[in-house]
Order: sequence, then structure tokens, then C-alpha cells
Amino acid sequence: MKKCEEVSNQLIAYLDRRASSADRLEVEAHLAECRACHERAEGFRKLWGLLEEEPLVEPSLSFDARVRARVSEEPRQRWFGWLVPQPRLAFSMALLLALSVWTAHLPREGGAPIASEQQDFEAIQDLGVLENYDVLSKFDALSEVPVEATPDQQQAQPPSPNSDGSDQPASEE
Amino acid sequence: MAHSHALQLYGPASVSYNVEAMTRSDVQLMLDVKAGDDASFNLLLQKYRTPLINFLYRMVRNTATAEDLAQEVFLRVYRARKQYSPSAKFTTWLFRIATNLALNSVRDNRHRQMDVSIDAPVEEEAAAPMPLPTREMRIDEHMIERDRAEFIKRAIASLPEKQRVAVLLHKYEEMDYAEIAKILECSESALKSLLFRAYETLRVQLAPLVAQPVEHRAGEGRPS
Repeated sequence: MKKCEEVSNQLIAYLDRRASSADRLEVEAHLAECRACHERAEGFRKLWGLLEEEPLVEPSLSFDARVRARVSEEPRQRWFGWLVPQPRLAFSMALLLALSVWTAHLPREGGAPIASEQQDFEAIQDLGVLENYDVLSKFDALSEVPVEATPDQQQAQPPSPNSDGSDQPASEE
Repeated sequence: MAHSHALQLYGPASVSYNVEAMTRSDVQLMLDVKAGDDASFNLLLQKYRTPLINFLYRMVRNTATAEDLAQEVFLRVYRARKQYSPSAKFTTWLFRIATNLALNSVRDNRHRQMDVSIDAPVEEEAAAPMPLPTREMRIDEHMIERDRAEFIKRAIASLPEKQRVAVLLHKYEEMDYAEIAKILECSESALKSLLFRAYETLRVQLAPLVAQPVEHRAGEGRPS
């Protein structure tokens, strides 16, 4: 025979007529032997009858109207609702955009060195040209640079082709 | 002629629609609410307002609060209509919302009562606990109607929260164990143990009434 503690969990289902047939037989066998559990089961049956005495509460006449009024205040889903972005999503996107714009306009740390490095890089690119004597010797712009000649050079060298005062480069003649 | 007779029989579309709606399941009604049919929501409201208000009243013991909470339950159901998926019974969802709201209300009220002065006016049905009758106490006939209900009410109110919810859903809403277990988020085995302890407490507390032979008792055992 089952112990009282084991039967206790099956007792409510037994009285409810929801116990399985095997459980029902076990509980019935126990109740037939155990006076305390038998009295408890009878007590539960009477208690359930007693609990039914509590009267029902009827909703007030205005209850439905109040619920409907509150429901009518709720926002409706419109046919174009899917086009309208959700407020939270719209706010998040706007915030993200504002942050992007703000960070793009922030002054960068170490901006000047980067500019000078860029200039150095360009100078190195031109280095090959500057070191080429043939190119430099034919570079017309250099001929325009006034040269302060020494007295020895002035005597030794004949006048330059451009010494007549014309602005035309020699190479073009 | 036959055509007009058919019109008379079936009448306006709204009438035939409502009759059809009455036969739909709760899940189908809720799916219709989800699709934007407010008439289905009204049907659910009509169907569940009384059991819901009674459940909440037995939890909070105040009619105005019970109605306010019931309103909130229906409003939450309506607000959540777009996310509704019929994974469980509608009543499981409905009474889980109601249980959570009721327990929050009971706890808030308890905290509020701890804060108020002892001179503060007593709220409706929140009077000092009435002593339960002893076994030896004889209850006069003229007191029975009023006092019995009061004793029962106070005995249920004295149960721990979870036991009280379990008893109310089991006894008054006649829910099956699986559904109550889902609402209380426990196993069926734990629920049976919970119910046994709750009914045992009530049996002991209401022993003078349980032992008393009463002619006007509504009936014994659980109603079918």
C-alpha cells in the first residue's frame, strides 16, 4: 500500500476525476485502509462545496464602455503603416546620422604631419627629375634666374644669346 | 419572393457575422483581432469579463480595483494583438496577464498599507482580520449567511500568493492542471503538491464550517 505522502499528490486529481485509472485504484486502495486520508478526502469534498458559496461579482454596467473607450484611444494600424518607420528606428537612424556627420567634422589629431609627409612624398617623386643633368640643363626656367657672375667669368665668357634683352628662350630660336 | 424571404431569415450581414463569430474559437477570434477585426475583440471581452473580474476580485478583494485591473488586462491583450501567436490557449495567456497584474497590485497595496498611518481610514474590505471560529464555537443561524462568506473569503486571502492563484484557477475557473501550471510557471507535479497544501490549509482553517451540516450548501464536490 502507498504511503500517505505519496497519495497526497494524487488525491486532488482523484477527487477531480482526472486521475489515471491506475492512480485511481491506488488511491482507492489507500483510502479504504487509511482512516486519516479518508477523512481528509471527505473534508476536501465538503470544502469544495463550501467554496462555491462565495457569490459571483457582476461587472459594472459601464465596464465594457470603459474598455472600448480605452481601446479606441490606441493607435490604429493603417494600410500604409509599413511605410512609416517605427519611431524608435527613426530616432536611432537620425542619431546615427548625426554622429557620423559630427565625427566627420572633428579636427584630426596629427593632421599637420600628415600634410608634410604628403609634400615630402611628392618631392621624392620628383627627385629623379631633379637629379637628371640633361633635363636640368635644358630646363628653360632656370635660364631666367639671374646669375651673379664673378669678374673672371665675365671676361672669359661671350655674351649670352639672350643678352640682347629679348625674353625669348634660346631653345626656341 | 424567395429572395426576400432569405434576406429576412439571415437579416443584415452584421447579425449573421456575429452568430458566426460566436462559434469561433478563442484563438480564431484573437487571430481576427490581430487582423484588425475589433468586433472579435468585443466578443472576447463579453466572454471573459465576468470570470476575469471575479478572479481579480478574489485576488485583490476590491471591486473597483478588480475592474481597473480587468480593463488593463484587456488593454494589454489588445496592444499585444500584433505579436499574438496561437502557441498556447488564449485563456492561459489572459489569466497569466491577470495573475501578474493582480500579484503586483496586492504587493503594491501591501507596501502602501505599511506606509499609511494607523489612523488612516480603512479601505473597502480591508478591515482588520476577523478571527476564525473555533471548533467549539456555535454559529447562529442568522449569522451564517454573512459570516460564512466572510470566513471563506478570509481563509482564501490568507493563503500564500501562489497557492491562492492555484486554488482560484482550479476551483473557480475550472482550468486543467497543465494550464494552471503554465500560468504559474511550474510543473504539473509541483502544482498538484501546491493545490494539496492549499486545500489542506483551507480544510483546517474552515474546519468548523466544513464539519457543519448545512442544508443550503450549493453541493458537494467539484461541479462538472
